[in-house]
Amino acid sequence: MVYAVSLKGVEKQYTKGKELVPVLAGINLDIEAGDFLALMGPSGSGKTTLLNLIGGLDHPTGGEIEVGGQSLNNMKAKALARWRSENIGFIFQFYNLLPVLSAQRNVELPLLLTRLSRKQRQKNAATALEIVGLSDRGKYKPSELSGGQQQRVAIARALVADPSLMVCDEPTGDLDRETADEILGLLQTLNEHHGKTIIMVTHDPRAADRAQHTLHMDKGRLVTGAIA
Amino acid sequence: MSLVGLMWANLFRKPTRTVLTLASVTVAFLLFVLLRSISAAFDSGLAVTATERLIVVPKYSQVDDLPYAQKQQILSIDGVNGITHTSWFGGTYQDPKNFFAKFPVDPLSYFDLHPELDLEPADALQRFARERTAAVVDRGLMETYQWRIGDVIPIQGTIYGKADGTRLWEFQIVGQFSEYGESSNFPLFLFHYEYFKEAAAFGGDSVGNWIVRLDVPDRADEIAQKIDALFENSSDPTKTATEDEFNRQFARQLGDMGFITTVIMSAVFFTIVLLTGNTMSQALRERIPELAVLKTLGFPDGIVFVMVLGEAILLCLVGGVIGVGLAFSISRGLAEALEGIFGSFTATPVFAVEAIVLSAVIGLIIGLIPALNAQRLAIADALRR
Repeated sequence: MVYAVSLKGVEKQYTKGKELVPVLAGINLDIEAGDFLALMGPSGSGKTTLLNLIGGLDHPTGGEIEVGGQSLNNMKAKALARWRSENIGFIFQFYNLLPVLSAQRNVELPLLLTRLSRKQRQKNAATALEIVGLSDRGKYKPSELSGGQQQRVAIARALVADPSLMVCDEPTGDLDRETADEILGLLQTLNEHHGKTIIMVTHDPRAADRAQHTLHMDKGRLVTGAIA
Repeated sequence: MSLVGLMWANLFRKPTRTVLTLASVTVAFLLFVLLRSISAAFDSGLAVTATERLIVVPKYSQVDDLPYAQKQQILSIDGVNGITHTSWFGGTYQDPKNFFAKFPVDPLSYFDLHPELDLEPADALQRFARERTAAVVDRGLMETYQWRIGDVIPIQGTIYGKADGTRLWEFQIVGQFSEYGESSNFPLFLFHYEYFKEAAAFGGDSVGNWIVRLDVPDRADEIAQKIDALFENSSDPTKTATEDEFNRQFARQLGDMGFITTVIMSAVFFTIVLLTGNTMSQALRERIPELAVLKTLGFPDGIVFVMVLGEAILLCLVGGVIGVGLAFSISRGLAEALEGIFGSFTATPVFAVEAIVLSAVIGLIIGLIPALNAQRLAIADALRR
């Protein structure tokens, strides 16, 4: 069976001076396509590191990572960048929008790497903004939008290239409860109605309740086992 | 939106900082074009020369004079077929800012040795030779001061006073001349040497330099050595050079403009590289998380490198283009103001191309290190900052 994400014995260590600091220790995990998985755990447990490895932002020290049947271990930086642009949508806690660009242009950004025409890029960005309910805010700069609106723009940017997998690092961590609920509702919609596989790191149990499964991590290990 | 559009938008993240940086780059290239124009104007002042003419000057200082008695000795040298002389008179017309050279000359021999000078009206040379207070003037100078033939021009003697104790010299313009129909790069006011000789309190028995015409230009070096050898052991030794070389040496008295330009521009561009480079590095440090986001979205390292480098080049190019534009506007006004000194002060398209290429090169130097740092950025580390 081809999983959306398959990790086998994944390890990650950082060097701090002359010292090796283990962050992930032998992670085995299979995630089915269309799943909505919440990753919980205390700070420093390795959640974000695991998310970065799955998203192809970092290389493991050991083990194997496959996403959508594609092994990431031996991919060169350039190929990995291209793969990320085509397959992964990223959502961050602090939105990470480019402040100099309007909402529409922030959403259009990933499409600059494609062969789409300018008109088509603009059309796709407008569609993505419509999905997140911000079609009337395309010309606004991030500083002119609320936190919730900025996160919606970030979600539109994540889905504009139609990736199969969306990785979210504490997407509601900077939002109030009501706005966080709206964002989580939007992620659920993307999961249930658009078929996106979602992996979400969160500290918030109420956010984790919106996911189909929840895994806990501690000291670089999965506390609960495989979920498939 | 395009990558260039993204670069442009990034440049104006902090508009005040960008505008100030742009202003400093603009001023640097404004200076570059103006100084290049001044340097070229100095060089062009040397352009009209004749290889068959030698200039004989005092060996140790051009402030010294040469005795009039040398004339026959020089004429006796084989290969010399004509001689005339000039002297630096100094003097002020109305205001010290009205700078132009005033030479007492022997009318007939001077114009005989300078066939490139077209003197008008037809009887001008005869009148110049005949009338002691007559003067002939470069056509450009006539236009600058709106003089007419027949005008009497008062010159206040700054070096030479008159034997009667006064310093006011008055000359009547009897003709105007041009070089091959063009206004000279070094406009002259010529008056009668005999008048100078009779009226001056001192200096009437000497000249500033000799101008010698040769039979054959190829013998210039040989004859120059002969002239200098002739007076080597006299009380007035000479230094002889071709007219071209003399003009070059004369211009060097004012300063080696090429060298001065190079030194000033090196200092300016060194400062620009440091200041703008520092600004670019600071701007990059502020944007590290954003660059990490771009890489996260799939922008390859190469494109991130090109974007950061492109921003630096774009900034310098825009500054360069504005600076060149301003320099061309200003140079028109300056050309009029400096017409009396340099006939050909002008910013040329060549300087514009040089400035724009230089601006791109400076952008490349400034942007290279920040671009390399951006290229090497590790996404996971950068996102944590």
